[in-house]
Amino acid sequence: MMSTTRTTADRSAVRTLLRLWPYVRPVRARLFTAAAVAVVASCTGLVIPLVLKWLVDGPVAGHDPAGVWLGALYLLLLGIAEAVLFGIRRWLVARPLSRVEAEMRAGLYRRLQRLPVAFHDRWASGQLLSRGTTDLMLLRMFLAFPLTFLLVNGVTILVGVIIMLVQDWMLGLVILGPAVPVMWTCAVFERRYARVARRAQDQVGDLTTVVEESVLGIRVVKGFGRHRSQARAFRELAGRLRGTELRKARLLATIWGVIVALPELAIGAALVLGAVRVADGELTAGTLVAFLSTALALRWPVDSIGFLLAMTQEAATATERYFEVMDEAPEDAAEGSGEGTAPGAVGVSGAATASGSLPVPRAEVRAGAGAGIRFEGVRFRYPDAPPGSPPLLDGVDLHIRAGESMALVGATGSGKTTLTALVPRLYEVTSGRITLNGVDIAEIPREELRSRVAVAFEEPTLFSASVGENVLMGAPDGAGKPELDRALAIARADFAHALPQGTDTRVGEQGLSLSGGQRQRLALARAVVGRPEFLVLDDPLSALDVHTEAAVEAALRQVLADTTALIVAHRPSTVLLADRVALLSGGRIAAVGTHRQLLRDNAEYAHLMSGRREESR
Amino acid sequence: MTTTSASTPAVADDDPDRSRDVDGSGGAGGKDDAFDRDVLPTPPGATAALLRSLLAPMKARVALTTLLLLLQQAAVQAGPLLVAYAIDTAVPAFRNDRDGPLIAVAAGYLLCALASGALQFAFIQVSARVSQDVLLDLRGRIFRHAQALGIDFHERYTSGRLISRATTDVESLRELLDEGLQELVTVILSFISVSALLLWLDLGLGAVAVASFGPLYLLVRLYRRRAGRVYGAKSTAMAAVIVKFTETMNGIRPVRAFRRETANDAEFAILNARHERTNGDALLEMARYVVGSRLVANTAVAAIVLWGAHRVAAGSLELGVLAAAVLYLRRLYDPIDRLGMFLNSYQSAAASLEKIAGLLAQEPTVPEPDVPRRLPSTQRDFPGREVVFDGVRFGYRTGGEVLPRFDLTLPAGQTVAVVGSTGAGKSTLAKLLARFYDPSAGRVLLDGVDLRELSTAELRRGVVMVTQEAFLFSGTVADNIALGRPDAGREEIERAAKAIGAHEFISALPDGYDTDVRKRGGRISAGQRQLVAFARALLADPAVLILDEATSSLDVPGERAVQRAMATVLRGRTAVVIAHRLSTVEIADRVLVMEGGRIVEDGAPDELIAGTGRFADLHRAWRDSLA
Repeated sequence: MMSTTRTTADRSAVRTLLRLWPYVRPVRARLFTAAAVAVVASCTGLVIPLVLKWLVDGPVAGHDPAGVWLGALYLLLLGIAEAVLFGIRRWLVARPLSRVEAEMRAGLYRRLQRLPVAFHDRWASGQLLSRGTTDLMLLRMFLAFPLTFLLVNGVTILVGVIIMLVQDWMLGLVILGPAVPVMWTCAVFERRYARVARRAQDQVGDLTTVVEESVLGIRVVKGFGRHRSQARAFRELAGRLRGTELRKARLLATIWGVIVALPELAIGAALVLGAVRVADGELTAGTLVAFLSTALALRWPVDSIGFLLAMTQEAATATERYFEVMDEAPEDAAEGSGEGTAPGAVGVSGAATASGSLPVPRAEVRAGAGAGIRFEGVRFRYPDAPPGSPPLLDGVDLHIRAGESMALVGATGSGKTTLTALVPRLYEVTSGRITLNGVDIAEIPREELRSRVAVAFEEPTLFSASVGENVLMGAPDGAGKPELDRALAIARADFAHALPQGTDTRVGEQGLSLSGGQRQRLALARAVVGRPEFLVLDDPLSALDVHTEAAVEAALRQVLADTTALIVAHRPSTVLLADRVALLSGGRIAAVGTHRQLLRDNAEYAHLMSGRREESR
Repeated sequence: MTTTSASTPAVADDDPDRSRDVDGSGGAGGKDDAFDRDVLPTPPGATAALLRSLLAPMKARVALTTLLLLLQQAAVQAGPLLVAYAIDTAVPAFRNDRDGPLIAVAAGYLLCALASGALQFAFIQVSARVSQDVLLDLRGRIFRHAQALGIDFHERYTSGRLISRATTDVESLRELLDEGLQELVTVILSFISVSALLLWLDLGLGAVAVASFGPLYLLVRLYRRRAGRVYGAKSTAMAAVIVKFTETMNGIRPVRAFRRETANDAEFAILNARHERTNGDALLEMARYVVGSRLVANTAVAAIVLWGAHRVAAGSLELGVLAAAVLYLRRLYDPIDRLGMFLNSYQSAAASLEKIAGLLAQEPTVPEPDVPRRLPSTQRDFPGREVVFDGVRFGYRTGGEVLPRFDLTLPAGQTVAVVGSTGAGKSTLAKLLARFYDPSAGRVLLDGVDLRELSTAELRRGVVMVTQEAFLFSGTVADNIALGRPDAGREEIERAAKAIGAHEFISALPDGYDTDVRKRGGRISAGQRQLVAFARALLADPAVLILDEATSSLDVPGERAVQRAMATVLRGRTAVVIAHRLSTVEIADRVLVMEGGRIVEDGAPDELIAGTGRFADLHRAWRDSLA
């Protein structure tokens, strides 16, 4: 599976968790106040035994009814204070912590939308999703609980120990005895637990991926009756996760066993020693009761350290996983206008800063010579391709004149789709350049570039929104019904008007499922709705039947008359939409000409178009 | 994105019921909006039944956990008792030079300390095993059930929700099992044991403590009611977030190309904010409960101390008893926070379990037969089977394509091309034959056996369908082809790839057949993916092969190669080929032209081309398009 584990061996949980600070900062006031309140509340709890001591040694021993009433009143007031303070603590953090979680999730979503497409090729979306859900929930729980309570319990233990030392230093020292071994166990445990926790979280991500794929590929699974073997694969992964979780439990059990047993032993020792000293008259019974009462009150703070540390470790690995994604540099940090710069975002890489945001006046100047789309020595190799492998595109030179439409033909897997993805900069050229009207696309802000270049993908993806919204995505703001109707007419997608709620019908994953041909026509409408300057169509008519195709072509011709277009084509009928054809072969443009010219002169082209080999006419 | 349906998630409403209604109105069909609102009907008691059935096989181990916890609590609860004994008995005895009792105290405490540590150790491990086994079971059930449910279900439920059920919803049950169960057992045990001890120490003081349970119970009930609502809304909100998240990540290319980032941020923010609000609501409910229960507890402590102190002062109560009682009281009320935590994880898990139970209660629309029949055996060199559509009718629940009464017989071994415009019912025909759906009326017969009577394994030996969307799973190319027949060796896989013309490009990949296709085949072109899907189908070696526009992304030579391969592969098999490129027809024995769900022309290709009907028309247009 696509495990993304990185070495967790030597990293400090604290340093990792400190990276959360930018997200926590906005709510720091409330969080700190809440922590302070919690400390006070806990200490209030510690004062209660002292009042008891005073009550037992004073009014009770002295048979003083009025004193008893007073003592009980103090107890009640302290009790109310404790309750209210704990309530205030929770109330203070409830909304802010939900906000931190939401902010981090929004930040992740924002960043993921802007990471290079190559990043998404590499990462299974299940791994991304598990970071946005399970990991963030772990973080919120960490901020709500372990963070506060490690502090609160630490202070409580400290104050409790001081109180005990003040009451009787000898017994106090006895109680402190197990501190060192407990801390040592914690330290050892922390390191091991971190490793296992990380593995578990990665396995959750893998499991999410399997679930997602089995749902998205349900037709294949069903078509081949493979749901048993899918279930087996799932079970195996889930079983592996179970194994990891059990290892986690073993570690937790060890630490908890130690943390429960050692302090209890100390209390026992203190009791025996205390009893001897009470018998010898060196200690009052009241002091011993108060002392032990304090010691017992510290039980929970001490016991809880085990799982608080465990949660902290999990939070640290969750943070690590979260920032693995957040640390990836977005497409262009400088220009992303929509990038609400998440707090804690990594340093903006200076990639496209200098020229990116400048206006581009040269367009006019060079319009004559470089008008249209020009590929100059374009080489491209996928960023994660094995080193030494030949580039997919190896010196593409091609000029599509302004207003001209160029068909791109090539064998399956020759890099046609990749070439089209370079124009809107979904991928960056490895070397060489692509110019639009003479301006290097690397110098055009992506936002602007993509508003000028409209694309219809081979796989027509519709989003969960209405038909109208899906189509108008391609139009500038303010486009409305006339544009929509025009685009639907061009793409021969008039069926949209006949849907249950017309163009308001929801489609996409959460709506009506349309056939491949219908989706393709909507995707085409989306590409042409904004009357783009440049149009890139990747095999736009592959799923259409002959009649529909002919109708779409007729309408599309009018659009193409004054648009600069690059059209990937597999069939002669699509090629005929274009003014000229370019043949992509061996990573280069092998020939450019009209369909008839190439059919006559180029054997490879003739083969691609007719399927007949060595039979060029 | 300001029109009505997109703004539906914007509903900022604290009342989950109302916001659900508004949600539904934006949905696809609008008629059956349980899907849109993410509230599938859960039969009454199904949630509890689900939990019971999950825990039933664990009975022995749950009992063991309880026992361990019981012993552990006994060891822990012995502490204050030993304190009381030490002060009231051991100290006076020691004064009289009898150190026996004190040694007993020391030994007792030592034993208790070691026992509580060891029992804690054992308990965590046993309970983790229980909870992990339950989770494994539940995850498996969700997954298997989701896979068993029909295509129509998946088309409406959305992958995001299903992922949410199998991940975050399971996670909340995990919290309940990991922490909650322990909390609950601890709470109940310490309530019982401490109350008993208090009553034993002193009947009066114990009675006051027990009386304080009344108001606590009311608080718990109130909290449960309110939190139940909040958590239901929270789970729905989370699922909506996941749906949006997965949709964006799976469509990242168009998102980028059409600059949807900012608009998506805004839409996501709305869904995220709804989750944030329900999340905060849940935390606030918890805060209310904690304040209430602490107040009750601390008031009770004050009252008991007051009364006890008076009685000690009056001489009717021993000081040691009061000391022990007070120590126990702290223990009695300590778990009320933990009870809150339990209720918290319980409510959260209950809300999630309800959604899971709703999913599991969905009956597969295409169920496996109880008593499967076997297909009659075929000859080795003639694997094809006869297909009969017998008075079949079909209509989608969501509307759309409809097949009126339909009769058709495809003799064994025949290759049939089905043509017609979009929406003519071609794909519906294919899906009925592949049993993605069952007909609303009538039967689809394979060699005389109703498809509904065949087990999945038998059905897929009979019928395999290759669709236009060639989905690749993560794993290697070889794994993806082997999906057609998992027991196939590498040689057979390569043979299938060679037969279809995919061997060349696969060999050219960095690791050949062992190349990881990564995320849904990002690096493999659409045409190549279709070739892999084809190889997969060939490997499956079915009696009936359905190709639903399975060559749409291939170039002409690729398509030719596939056709050449099919001419040999399909020999003796029954095949249904849906394609808008009429080149397919060249290998067909028979052509069906469909229109509005009916067959309008039926005959041999040459016959139809020579005629004057639609097909002749189509064919002419296609010939022209080849230029």
